[in-house]
Amino acid sequence: MLDVLEEKETGTKLESKVPEGPLAEKWAKHKFNLKLVNPANKRKYEVIVVGTGLAGASAAAALAELGYNVKAFCFQDSPRRAHSIAAQGGINAAKNYQNDGDSVFRLFYDTIKGGDYRAREGNVHRLAEVSVNIIDQCVAQGVPFAREYGGALANRSFGGSQVSRTFYARGQTGQQLLLGAYSALSRQVANGKVKLYPRTEMLDLVIEGGKARGIITRNLVTGKIESHSAHAVLLCTGGYGNVFYLSTNAMGSNVTAAWRAHKKGALMANPCFTQIHPTCIPVKGNYQSKLTLMSESLRNDGRVWVPKTKEIAEKVRKGEIKAKDIKEEDRDYFLERRYPSFGNLVPRDVASRNAKNVCDEGRGVAPTGLAVYLDFADAIKRDGRKVIEAKYGNLFEMYEKIVDDDPYETPMKIYPAVHYTMGGLWVDYNLMTNVPGLYALGEANFSDHGANRLGASALMQGLADGYFVIPYTLGDYLATIGPADKIAVTHPAFKEAEQNVQDTIARMLAIKGEKTAEEFHRQLGHIMWEYCGMARNAEGLTKAKKMIQELKKEFWSNLRVTGTDLELNPALEQASRVADFIELGELMVDDALNRNESCGGHFREEYSTEDGEAKRDDENYTYVAAWEYKGPGQPEKLHKEELKFETVKLTQRSYK
Amino acid sequence: MDIALKVWRQKNSQTPGKMVDYKLSDISPDMSFLEMFDVLNEDLSHKGEEPVAFDHDCREGICGSCSMYINGRPHGPQTGTTTCQLHMRSFNDGDTIVVEPWRARAFPVLKDLIVDRDAFDRIVQAGGYVSVNTGSAPDANEILIPREVADEAMDAAQCIGCGACVAACKNASAMLFVAAKVSHLAVLPQGQAEHQLRAERMVAQMDAEGFGACSFTGACSVECPKSISLDHIARLNREYLGAKLASNNA
Repeated sequence: MLDVLEEKETGTKLESKVPEGPLAEKWAKHKFNLKLVNPANKRKYEVIVVGTGLAGASAAAALAELGYNVKAFCFQDSPRRAHSIAAQGGINAAKNYQNDGDSVFRLFYDTIKGGDYRAREGNVHRLAEVSVNIIDQCVAQGVPFAREYGGALANRSFGGSQVSRTFYARGQTGQQLLLGAYSALSRQVANGKVKLYPRTEMLDLVIEGGKARGIITRNLVTGKIESHSAHAVLLCTGGYGNVFYLSTNAMGSNVTAAWRAHKKGALMANPCFTQIHPTCIPVKGNYQSKLTLMSESLRNDGRVWVPKTKEIAEKVRKGEIKAKDIKEEDRDYFLERRYPSFGNLVPRDVASRNAKNVCDEGRGVAPTGLAVYLDFADAIKRDGRKVIEAKYGNLFEMYEKIVDDDPYETPMKIYPAVHYTMGGLWVDYNLMTNVPGLYALGEANFSDHGANRLGASALMQGLADGYFVIPYTLGDYLATIGPADKIAVTHPAFKEAEQNVQDTIARMLAIKGEKTAEEFHRQLGHIMWEYCGMARNAEGLTKAKKMIQELKKEFWSNLRVTGTDLELNPALEQASRVADFIELGELMVDDALNRNESCGGHFREEYSTEDGEAKRDDENYTYVAAWEYKGPGQPEKLHKEELKFETVKLTQRSYK
Repeated sequence: MDIALKVWRQKNSQTPGKMVDYKLSDISPDMSFLEMFDVLNEDLSHKGEEPVAFDHDCREGICGSCSMYINGRPHGPQTGTTTCQLHMRSFNDGDTIVVEPWRARAFPVLKDLIVDRDAFDRIVQAGGYVSVNTGSAPDANEILIPREVADEAMDAAQCIGCGACVAACKNASAMLFVAAKVSHLAVLPQGQAEHQLRAERMVAQMDAEGFGACSFTGACSVECPKSISLDHIARLNREYLGAKLASNNA
């Protein structure tokens, strides 16, 4: 049925479609070789965009500007609420406005290295190339980036890089970029080129004749199941960090659209690559519903430390002494000590792992033992409170609201938390999945960040995919199939998919068991965090697989969903998402078990260097693991895309 | 903490709603207000009753989804705070807390505490943007913007579109919401080409949606979780007047 897979059965590898030729010329050459749809024909095509975050809103707006007819879907009440809105710190771009040695190549190199050499060179170079256009576009839209007194754009630095290339709008960069994309989208709604479907959730993908033909949705207000057909479907549905229950993701962020597409044939790539962000507010009680990120930008001025000895830490945990009572010589600024050249600005995976290690040694500073200090005392002494307030005021305020502690006076307490997922639907260089006509953009795909994403690169990738990649690559597919190649929603393929969705909902409502979806979700989260979190090993993963299978069995026999299907029913929405998270969890464990190496955010305890750093196995694992769904209860089939490094030499990542 | 709740329950937009009493015990002061509602909802589900429906998503005060009218104030007693960032330590043991949805003709109740805020999207669609197509922008540093101007634009641009301003206003006016967008773009050079048209169209759409008139009493700004200043309403009025004087529709 699916081209790429058939090739694989006969022994051909997954085809990335990265063009031949010198790295810096690939994208320009590829753009020229792509087929074009003539302006008068664009209006004959319909495109479905699922999700309205940075990737979805920018794609929908850019495609509508070209003249395509777009239908944009989101489960939130407005496109402006997608979780991109919560990104704080900034967006990278290789502008070199600071004259500090940045370049497209350096951004490319930092990203490949930061991703621990598990991303595609071609994709990442393109990302670095278009990064500069993104800033231009956003400024033209009126995004109020931070400025110097002379009126030029300001930059800050971020982890994993030694240049200042991050553009920001206070601690609300994601909000301002998303509102920019949302305004561009709104303009196209007014022009009649985009039709919006808020409070509408995609529950299935329709494939017919080997191509993606449309989607099945549930209207979250009326509960009505509906079909939508189009020439192409773009999934811009974000990441799946909520598989861990507690994460920095929004409560509604989910994997359902991507997972249902996966079950229809789209390959899921590197699902075990998840990012644990080092600076989050630590867990407090078991009622906790989510974790709050404190922007990585804080590590520019904050110093991370714990007491030198277990004994002092113990006194802190008991409340006998406070941070300020600990003398300078009794403090261990462990990132500065271990990584003198990058210091507190090491990449996220390294910072997180080190925080976990010092807490495991018994040197954590919260009553739970799971927290380290992020201290601004030196920065305030050096620059004055006013300067720090201008840079981080809203973050400090947010911290104080949640923790009831003043970070200007006492150091923040932070601990790593699940933040981003590098894995996602497998896509080729054109952002198309292995299902013709089905695309994945932004966090929903796997392609650009390898095994670890650098700070301020998620916003960059979402907007790169939406504004500057898909407008070119989608045209090539549409020109190839032609406007007539579309089926109506009355086609049996749609009716059958609708029926399946309805049956699944009916099945959930009929169980009438004892446990809520919330309880199952929490349980799944514990398993994932314990065995497939910051550190993993074969024994734990094997155990986790069994536990997840049991949880799945219990879910389908003991779930309780109140209310009915034909109404606004948040309990039903949650149950439907948790069902998919459970299945995804099992695949993540399989993927983590398959990858017998440590790289980036994937740390297998069996594979580490003498000083505790991740130990890659380039000989055996320089590939993308792309998994194919083979039916309920069946093991998924592994496909490999070999990663070719033509420009960068693979070395052990060092931030010392 | 022991807490008594009086919560607005309404099955859907066609059915009349009513206040219903609930009691909760063992509430931790460190819980957020929405986590307290999570506890209530788990209790209700276990009893076989339907949980209270409410909008929420990011739970870090930026998405603008949460929208509870608590003891007569949008987002509750703390200033500069969304419902999700409000914590139970702002209340006392034994308190009775009254929770309602936003009340405004332009925000019909969909269920319990969830209202329909599509009117805000339609107001933005009427003109809350700079008309620039993707790919046609000049280099970002070609447009120099003094820091104070960028800061002023940012002060307005940080509106989260939650609707607290409408809920706080005795006339259910959306002036602060509209003003925030008009002002954000009016102070920036990029917004100049369309500044009059924008003010005119957005205000016309606000009126068409059934929001009330602004009488400049300032409750909106006091209750705004992002503390957006009334100065922006003054700027909107100036923009609107200028637009009307210049316009053929005056």
